[in-house]
Amino acid sequence: MTMDVRRKVIEIIAEQAMLEPSDVTLESTPESLGIDSLGLVEAIFAIEEAFDISIPFNANDPTESDFDISSVASIVAGIEKLIAEQKG
Amino acid sequence: MRRVVITGAGTINPLGQSVPQTLAAMREGRCGIGPLQFRDVERLAVKIGAQVQGYDPEAVFNRQQLALYDRFTQFALIAAREALALSGLEFTGALADRSGVVLGTSGGGLTTQDENYRAVYEEGKNRVHPFVVPKLMNNAAASHVSMEFNLRGPSFTVATACASSNHAMGQAFQMVRSGLCTAMVTGGTEAMLCFGGVKAWEGLRVMSKDACRPFSATRNGMVQGEGGGVFVFEDYEHAKARGAEILAEVLGFAMTSDAADIVMPSKQGAARAIAGALKDGGIAKERVGYINAHGTGTAANDKTECAAVADVFGRHADRLMISSTKSMHGHLIGGTGAVELLACIMALRDGVIAPTIGYEEPDPECALDVVPNEAREASVDVVLSNAFAFGGLNAVLALGRV
Repeated sequence: MTMDVRRKVIEIIAEQAMLEPSDVTLESTPESLGIDSLGLVEAIFAIEEAFDISIPFNANDPTESDFDISSVASIVAGIEKLIAEQKG
Repeated sequence: MRRVVITGAGTINPLGQSVPQTLAAMREGRCGIGPLQFRDVERLAVKIGAQVQGYDPEAVFNRQQLALYDRFTQFALIAAREALALSGLEFTGALADRSGVVLGTSGGGLTTQDENYRAVYEEGKNRVHPFVVPKLMNNAAASHVSMEFNLRGPSFTVATACASSNHAMGQAFQMVRSGLCTAMVTGGTEAMLCFGGVKAWEGLRVMSKDACRPFSATRNGMVQGEGGGVFVFEDYEHAKARGAEILAEVLGFAMTSDAADIVMPSKQGAARAIAGALKDGGIAKERVGYINAHGTGTAANDKTECAAVADVFGRHADRLMISSTKSMHGHLIGGTGAVELLACIMALRDGVIAPTIGYEEPDPECALDVVPNEAREASVDVVLSNAFAFGGLNAVLALGRV
């Protein structure tokens, strides 16, 4: 499950950044991948669709949202938690 | 070049169903934002908005009219009736031919679209009402106003998202100023508060779930509203000759394009529009006492707008007042500039500056006098109204006392 989530999230983020999944690591940040706030909104939408979950995220102030988007690892961890909460 | 004055004003919006009601609410700092009430609202993540309350369409329009009038058209007609009554103008003969209607709207008959898509897609119906097209078209409101008041000159609709009304009023201003028209009925209208309308905005994740707090450090997004505002712009000599009451003079107008990003605003684009309106009106910046801000309550708009104002006005930026009435009536999208122009007229005529309500905590990036929470008495000579749209299209109007 965890590997699948991680692989899928990296795939979505890579697609958004127009990179190969191999170029995206767990340490990557949206900024380092060149994803701006609008790109982030689009990636979060794709993740919600892929896992059929709802992610609390306010583009006005991403750092104030309950959802931690500081790195790919934190995004994956957040999604795993949301899947457990919403689909568990 | 002719001088252009405002001789009529009308509105229906979340703060009131007339100009006096609206101005009273702005003076009191009343909030028109509350729980949204329409079909399927429970499926929305954003459940607040500023709806027009206590309005019964059937008390104003008959059944045949309602078959043709989407809510955005109803708002335009109600506002136009008030504005035209106040102006005292009757459009006949040559005056009718030299007068028209330019209205702003972004979504047009969105409620009609929403209802009919639901009927054919969700309910599987294969037949829709014969008037769906004339009811939903973006120019329906302008056309019905032209028909009701016999305005036979140039009429059209302007759609520039959140700047639609200001772009529309700018066109009307230029048409009277150039001598092309004697009077223009102008403003804007919007009725996007339906399931599909809010759902689309929700996707962008810039909407607040609790309140609109422009310029406050605690702001967390915009809140949608609905309604309309309509004005009569008239050739000054014509208005003076007939002894009309003049509400304000339109001094200048400018529009610019950011040519940068489809949603993120640019300080340069906004600053060029503000400076452009001053230049167009030959206005020294020290004369500006009040700016009705675009002030959406999003992180991006408010800090960009304050930076643009600081850039244009320099030291004078600390002496002028700037408030966002969206904190009270919400963001009326294509109709917003028209309702906000009422706050500009109130500042000039009544010496009352409408407040930015919901203000909780200063934001160093919005360090201007935003008239927090309470209206203020002040005498101002020149006021500006800012509108900065998605798509980077900016339109700023300058008004003065006559």
